Amino acid sequence: MSKDNQVLEEFTSKEYEHGWTTDLESDSAPKGLSEDTVRFISAKKNEPEWLLEWRLKAYRHWTTMKEPQWPNVKYPSIDYQDIIYYSAPKQKVQPKNLSEVDPELIKTFEKLGISLTEQKRLTGVAVDAVIDSISVATTFKDKLGELGIIFCSFSEAVKEHPELVKKYLGSVVPPNDNYFAALNSAVFSDGSFCYIPKGVRCPMELSTYFRINAANTGQFERTLIVAEDASYVSYLEGCTAPMRDENQLHAAVVELYAMKDAEIKYSTVQNWYPGNKEGKGGIYNFVTKRGLCAGDHSKISWTQVETGSAITWKYPSCILKGDYSNGEFYSVAVTNNYQQADTGSKMIHIGKHTRSRIVSKGISAGKSQNSYRGQVHILKRAENARNFSQCDSLLMGDQCGAHTFPYIDVENKSAHVEHEATTSKIGEDQIFYCLQRGIDEEAAVALIVNGYAKEVLKQLPMEFAVEAQKLLALTLEGSVG
Amino acid sequence: MSTATEKKSLSTSLIESLDLGQFSFADTQRSEAFKAFKATGFPEAKSEEYKFTPVTRSLTKHFSAPELSKQTGADESVKTLLNPEFSENRVVFVNGIYSKTLSSITADSKVTVQSLSEAVTADPSLLFDQLNTTDPFALLNSTLWSDGLYINVPKNVVEKKPLFIHHLHDANTEKVSAHTKLFITIDESASLQIIEKTDTQGDQPVFNTISEDIIVGENGAINYCKIQNDAGHLIQVANTTIHQHKASRADTYTFTLNGKLIRNNLNIIIDGEGCESHFFGLYLTDGDTLVDNHTTVDHKKPNSFSNELYKGLMAGKSKGVFNGKIYVRPQAQKTNAFQSNRNLLLSDDATVNTKPQLEIWADDVKCSHGCTTGQLDEEALFYLQSRGIPKGTAKAMLLYAFAGEVLETIKNEQLKNYIDSIVSERLHKSY
Amino acid sequence: MLKIKNIHARVEEKAILNGINLEVKPGEVHAIMGPNGSGKSTLASVLAGREDFEVTDGSIEFLGKNLLEMSPEDRAREGVFLAFQYPVEIPGVSTVNFMKTALNKIREYRGQDTLDAVSFLTLMKEKINLVEIDKALLNRSLNEGFSGGEKKRNEIFQMAMLEPKLAILDETDSGLDIDALRIVANGVNKLRTKDNATIVVTHYQRLLEYIVPDYVHVLYKGKIVKSGTKELALELEAKGYDWIKSEMEVA
Repeated sequence: MSKDNQVLEEFTSKEYEHGWTTDLESDSAPKGLSEDTVRFISAKKNEPEWLLEWRLKAYRHWTTMKEPQWPNVKYPSIDYQDIIYYSAPKQKVQPKNLSEVDPELIKTFEKLGISLTEQKRLTGVAVDAVIDSISVATTFKDKLGELGIIFCSFSEAVKEHPELVKKYLGSVVPPNDNYFAALNSAVFSDGSFCYIPKGVRCPMELSTYFRINAANTGQFERTLIVAEDASYVSYLEGCTAPMRDENQLHAAVVELYAMKDAEIKYSTVQNWYPGNKEGKGGIYNFVTKRGLCAGDHSKISWTQVETGSAITWKYPSCILKGDYSNGEFYSVAVTNNYQQADTGSKMIHIGKHTRSRIVSKGISAGKSQNSYRGQVHILKRAENARNFSQCDSLLMGDQCGAHTFPYIDVENKSAHVEHEATTSKIGEDQIFYCLQRGIDEEAAVALIVNGYAKEVLKQLPMEFAVEAQKLLALTLEGSVG
Repeated sequence: MSTATEKKSLSTSLIESLDLGQFSFADTQRSEAFKAFKATGFPEAKSEEYKFTPVTRSLTKHFSAPELSKQTGADESVKTLLNPEFSENRVVFVNGIYSKTLSSITADSKVTVQSLSEAVTADPSLLFDQLNTTDPFALLNSTLWSDGLYINVPKNVVEKKPLFIHHLHDANTEKVSAHTKLFITIDESASLQIIEKTDTQGDQPVFNTISEDIIVGENGAINYCKIQNDAGHLIQVANTTIHQHKASRADTYTFTLNGKLIRNNLNIIIDGEGCESHFFGLYLTDGDTLVDNHTTVDHKKPNSFSNELYKGLMAGKSKGVFNGKIYVRPQAQKTNAFQSNRNLLLSDDATVNTKPQLEIWADDVKCSHGCTTGQLDEEALFYLQSRGIPKGTAKAMLLYAFAGEVLETIKNEQLKNYIDSIVSERLHKSY
Repeated sequence: MLKIKNIHARVEEKAILNGINLEVKPGEVHAIMGPNGSGKSTLASVLAGREDFEVTDGSIEFLGKNLLEMSPEDRAREGVFLAFQYPVEIPGVSTVNFMKTALNKIREYRGQDTLDAVSFLTLMKEKINLVEIDKALLNRSLNEGFSGGEKKRNEIFQMAMLEPKLAILDETDSGLDIDALRIVANGVNKLRTKDNATIVVTHYQRLLEYIVPDYVHVLYKGKIVKSGTKELALELEAKGYDWIKSEMEVA
C-alpha cells in the first residue's frame, strides 16, 4: 500500500458525528403496514376525510406495485411489515409557541447546531424542525406571515390551508408515480409546507431540519413548495440520524411548483447516518424530488450535497413546461466505506426555449459505489431547447466504483444537447505539490476535493456552503489516493 | 386482452415450429443456443437493451416465425449487386449460403478461408464461446445459422489485401430470413483487413443476423469495416465481438447509410495488456430508417487505450440510437478510454436517443465521454451563402465536413474513396 | 545551512545520484548545471522529499537537522521551498486559498498564530507588488490554464509568500521568453537576503545573467564534476556540455 493509500484509509475512517440518540418518550403506531396503519396515521393527525381517501388510494395502488430493481445498488429486500410508520415524540399539549415545546427536543436540535430560539438564530434563516414523524417547531412564522408567506409544518397546512394543500398535493409527484412515492403518499407523517404569494421575494432562507430519532421507524416526510407568479424562495434541507445497527428507511417526497416568472432554489445537505465502516446499519434514502416549472420564465434549481445514507437513490428533476423556463441541478455525492449512491437528475423539456444544466460531481472512496443516472428528454414541441450536462467522477482508492448512465433523448432538431463526463483520481503530483508548500496530506485532500466540488458548493447559501465543505472533508477523512 | 383468436407471440411461434433436424452440422452448439434463446425470447418492448429499437415488432409485421428461408436465392439474379471495386479476394453469400461461383479468393495461401459449415463438420469443437452472450439475436443466430466463414491468419502472416465479404439477399419474390456466422482467428503478430457489406435485391422483407467472433492474438491486428447501404427492406442485427490479446490492435469502422432497421452490437473485449482499439462509426439516415449502434468496450487488463467516435446525421423520419458502454475492471489500471458521439438532426421528425455509459472500478484511469445533439449551424450556412455558394451546396459542404472527421480515419485509400463517393453523393442529393 | 554528504539516490533500480557533496551557507546562491539526464532535477526532488526517489547512501543536514528523516511537508515548514519545473494544476483551488492554507499550516508548525483574512490580504498585496504578478491570476484555479510564464511567476509569488530559508529553483528558466525570465529573476533577486540561500538548477547559462551565482557546480552522471565561480558558467556556455563529457571520458 502506498503512503497515499494509508492516508486515504485514515481519512475515511472518521466516525459519524451525529450518531447519538435522545431519550424521548414517543407515541408510535404498531409495526407493519395495512389500511389500518394508514387510518391510524390519518386519525392521529385529525385529517379531513378527503386526505384519508387520498392516502388510501395511494396505499391500494402501492400494494399493486413492485419495488424497482433497476438502480445500481444492492441491498437485502426490505420487510415493509417490520417498520414503524408513525412515531412522534410525546408532547403533553400541542405547543402554541416555543416555550411550550419539550426542552429535551429543543436541546436535541441545539446539539445538532439548530437553534429553535429565534433570537439565537441567524436572522437570515427560518427553520422548521422535524423529528421522526412530526414537525416540532417552526421559527419566524409571524414575520413571514406579514408578507403573506406561509411556512409551516405539513400537518398545520392541512388544517389551516386545506384549499392550497388539496390543490397542489400530488400535482407534481402523483401518488402512483413510483413505488416509494406511493408508499410515502399513503403514510407520510409530516414535513414542510411553503407558499410564496405573487410578487413576493422571500427575505430569508427557509429551512427544514429532519432528524430520525426513534428506532425501527421509517421517515416519510412530504415537502410542498408553491411559488406564485414572480415570487422567489430559497429553501434548505438538512438531515441526520442516530447510529443504529439496523437499516432505516427514509422515503420522502418533495414537490416544487413554480408559476410564471417564479424562482425556487432548493438546497439539500444530506447527512443521514451512512452505516459503520463494515457497512452495517445506515439509512436507505429513497427519495422522490421533482419540480414543475409550470409558468413561462420560471426557474427551479436543485443543489445537493450528499454525504450520508447507506444507500441514496434519488433524482431531483425538473419538468420544464413553461416556455423559457429553466432547470438546474448541481450535485456533489460522496460515498465512502460501503455506501452506495445512485443519483442524478431528469430534465424534461416540454416548453419552447427551455434551458437546463446539470453539474454532477461524484466522489467514491473506500469500497463504495457511486452512480450518476440522468435523463435529458427534449420533447417534440420543445423548440430551441438547450441542455448542458457535466458529470465528473473522482475515485479515491482502488476498491470503489464510479458509474455514469446518462440518457439523452432528443425529438426536436433545434435542440442543443451537450453531455460530458470524465473520471479522474487525485494525482500524486497534486498531493506532493501541496506537501511541498507545507500542507499535510489530509488538508491537501480536503483542499483538492473542495476544489473539485467548487462549482456545486458555490451554489449553496453561505452558511450551508461552509458546513458542506466541512462535511465533505469529514466524510472522506482517511481516504487519500 | 385475450380474444378467441389469440395471436401467438413471435417467440412462441418460432419455438413451436422450429425443427433443428433440418441442420446437418453444429448440432450440439445449436441445441444449446436454442435452449438459451427459449429462455430469453425476442426482446420485448420494455427491454432496456432494445427499448428504442423495436426489432420484434418489425419482425412480427412481416414474419409469422422467422425461420430460415427454405427457398434460397439465385446467384445469377443478384450478381448485379456485386461491387466491381472489390472483385479481388471476395467471399459471397447469397441468402446466407456460401456461393462458390461468385467468390474469388486470391489471398495469401497461408490464410485459411473456409466455409464455416465445412470447418465445423470437420471439427465440431471449433466454435468459440457461443453462449457467452445475452443478446437474443446472437443466440438466435447460433440457432439458425446456415453457413459462414472460418478464417485463420497464421502466426506472423500479414495479409495486405483486404478480404471482402459480401452478403447478398435475393428478395425478388420471397421473404428472406438469412443467418450467417463468421469465426476469425488472427494468430500472434498476424494481421487482417476485412470489408463487409450487405445488399438486397427486390422489395420483400429480409431478416438477417450476422454474428462475428474475431480473436486477435498477441501483437496481432484486425482492421474491420462494415458497410451497410442496403436498398431493400432489411431488418438486420449484427453481433460483432472482438477479443483482444496482449499488445494487439483493433480498428473498426461502421458505416450505416441505408436499410430499414439496423442494429449493430459491437463488443470489444480487451483481455491483454498494452492493447489499442479505435472504433469509428458514421450513420446517415433518412426516410423511416432506424439505426442503432450499441458498442461495449470492456477493459479487463491494464495499460490499454481505446478511442471511439460515432457520428450521425438524421433526416426524414429516421431515428438514430447510440449506446456506448465503457467498462474498466478493477485490475485494468492505467487505462485510457475515450468516447464521443455527435449527432445532427436535419428534419422536424428525426430523433436521436443516445446513452453513453461509463462504469469504472479502477482509480488510476483516464476516461471520458461526450455527446452532443444539435442541428446544422445556421450561422455557418449563412456565411457560406453570403460568399456566393448556393444553399444546397453550402449545406452539403457543412455536412460533409461533419462526416469528414470519420471518413479521414480510413486508412485503405481505395475504401476511403469508395465510402467518400457514396457519402458525398448522398449529402448532395438527399439532405 | 545545508550540508549534502555523499548522496546516492535511485529511482526504481536505476542509480541517478552517485555521491553528491555540497555545502550551502546563508546568503549564498549556488547554480547547478549539467546536461540532460545528469541528475539535476533528481537532486532538487531529493531535497524536497519526493517519494519516487530512494536515497541509498549519504546524509543531508539542514539547519542542523537531518533532512532525510523529515516528511515533505515538514521540510517545507522548516523552510525548504521547491519551485517546480512543472507546476501542478489543481482545479477549483485558487492560488489565494492555496497560499492561505499553506502559510497557516507553516505558522502552526512554528507555533505562530494563524493569520486572519485582513493580515493575509495585506501580506499578499505586498508580495504581489514585489513579484509583478497579475492579481486576477491568483483568484483563478491554481495553475489551470496558465501559460508557462504565468506558472513560473506564480511559483516565485508562492516563494515570496512563504519566505523560505532555502529556495530551490528547478529549471525555472525552461520555456520562458526573455521578458518572463527577467521578471522571474527580478523576483528572486528581490527576495535574496543575507539569511537565506538559493539553489538554481538550470541547463542554460542565460538565467545566470540575471541571477548571479556565487558558485557554479557542474553535474554529470550523478556527480559534481566541476565547481567554480560564475565564470565557469560562461566557459560552459562557450564550450558546451560536450567539453565536460569529453573531459570526463578522458579522465
